[in-house]
Amino acid sequence: MSDKSVDNSKRRFLVTMASAAGGAATLGVAAPFVMSMMPSARAKAAGAPVEVDLSKIEPGMLLAVEWRGKPVWVVNRSKEMLDLMARHDGKLTDPASENAAQQPDYCKNPLRSIKPEYLIVVGICTHLGCSPTFRKEVGPADLGADWPGGWFCPCHGSRFDLAARVFNGSPAPTNLVIPPHKYLSDTKVLIGVDQGAAA
Amino acid sequence: MEKLLNWVDARFPLTASFKAHLSEYYAPKNFNFWYFFGSLALLVLVIQIVSGIFLTMHYKPDAQLAFASVEYIMRDVDFGWLIRYIHSTGASMFFLVVYLHMYRGLIYGSYRQPRELIWLFGVIIYLVLMGEAFMGYLLPWGQMSYWGAQVIVNLFAAVPFIGEDLSVWIRGDYVIGDATLNRFFAFHVIALPLVLLGLVVAHLVALHEVGSNNPDGVEIKKLKGEDGHPLDGIPFHPYYTVKDILGTVVFLMVFTAIVFFAPEMGGYFLEANNFIPADSLKTPAHIAPVWYFTPYYAILRAIPPMFGSQFPGVAAMGVAVLIFFALPWLDKSPVKSIRYRGPKFKIALTLFVIAFIGLGVLGILPASPLYTLIAQILSAVYFAFFLLMPWYTRNDSTKPVPERVTQ
Repeated sequence: MSDKSVDNSKRRFLVTMASAAGGAATLGVAAPFVMSMMPSARAKAAGAPVEVDLSKIEPGMLLAVEWRGKPVWVVNRSKEMLDLMARHDGKLTDPASENAAQQPDYCKNPLRSIKPEYLIVVGICTHLGCSPTFRKEVGPADLGADWPGGWFCPCHGSRFDLAARVFNGSPAPTNLVIPPHKYLSDTKVLIGVDQGAAA
Repeated sequence: MEKLLNWVDARFPLTASFKAHLSEYYAPKNFNFWYFFGSLALLVLVIQIVSGIFLTMHYKPDAQLAFASVEYIMRDVDFGWLIRYIHSTGASMFFLVVYLHMYRGLIYGSYRQPRELIWLFGVIIYLVLMGEAFMGYLLPWGQMSYWGAQVIVNLFAAVPFIGEDLSVWIRGDYVIGDATLNRFFAFHVIALPLVLLGLVVAHLVALHEVGSNNPDGVEIKKLKGEDGHPLDGIPFHPYYTVKDILGTVVFLMVFTAIVFFAPEMGGYFLEANNFIPADSLKTPAHIAPVWYFTPYYAILRAIPPMFGSQFPGVAAMGVAVLIFFALPWLDKSPVKSIRYRGPKFKIALTLFVIAFIGLGVLGILPASPLYTLIAQILSAVYFAFFLLMPWYTRNDSTKPVPERVTQ
């Protein structure tokens, strides 16, 4: 030990710098671990488009297909279903599909589809991600006499009409999401690729 | 033997630790029924760790194999059914014991100065336990596992701005999938149990530093005898070890009765839909969390979306849990124990218990307009218990607290 008095400001400076360097190193080492929890390259690559043959779906029927691990519903809406559609606009949160995040531009219309009869929609509730139940019957006892047909989410009671538009008072804040899709022919549709994009 | 002990004691504080934490740890002599649940929580932790280790020997954390491996444990592994039922029953009993332990803290003011840190460690233990239970529930990869996880992970997606990325980061995929199952397994079997053990040690170290509270809420360390020990204290060992052994025996009778006669508890401990393999295209007609989460789930459902976002409900649910942290500073009463408190606190506590249990029941039932209204009222009561506490505890009439503990 030298008999010089301790230089406290130097000591404080060294402690501060060592702590800062240690902190930066900790953050740097933490980064790869945190990023390792993001979707892997394989998970990112798994979102291949899905082709659906519409001719198999009878009017009034729903076909569920899997796209990126999520259910996508393809519904052939019958004439009667479409006729009921415009009568409850006042009870909907977003009747004209104003919220641009919920559908591609080419489906920004009241029926939320390219062709009026075929609705293609991701079957995941915008509330907390349950898959709503298809309730196409008109005016069932449990949903009320003015029920025009649509979807009812069993988890938290959100209601959607047959254009997947959410009714006022549902826990879900927005309409269901319309995935990008394009028609390959009159009866073939490709889900996961935008209309106008190269196939 | 004596020589061996001396040899060890010269190198490790074995006898000293035994004395400090058991044979010469002086606890108040007036512990009652409510003081069983701390040691029982420790017992259940050990049961869960041991049964869990044996389950991991046969379980496969793989979305293709997980459901079948659980059925394999139930049917083909010798006594696999017993080990799994012990583990699943243990999960529910853990929460039952912890809820009663927390209620004890509430009625006797065990969270009050100087025990705030014990309470804070305890609330963190409770939070970690919720994460542990939630992640464990995904592992059987049944319908309820899958959709329960889907809903809970989507709670994080409701956080403004970063929510969507946060939920993807938690899942490791855009939907609940193999990546999610695999990481939840890692968290459930190693990460969270390690954290839990560390927190339990911190909880006990803090407790033994300041000493236990008691049903009278008086500090026994204030009055010491000539030997330096509290006049109203008795050594934890043998007096309370013997008491806790009685509690353990009674508890294990209940525990084994459930394991052998009602392991599913009519769908409350193991839900019927979880015996169907996870199907990402179809949500069961009625989903509800396991009973110990239902009070918070009812609060989540009670709050309607605002400004095109479900975040308010998610935030209310989060605050409902986190508000326990503030309890030591919300209570302004001059006395600790309910024995010396006035009617205002007693009424508030009664309403809180009714709200908590009522919300728990509503969280199991399907949503309907009437139930939602009741849930909203009970949620208001739940929060009022905490938020109005500074007011009603300060204005409450109190009885004089005795110098010594009563019988």
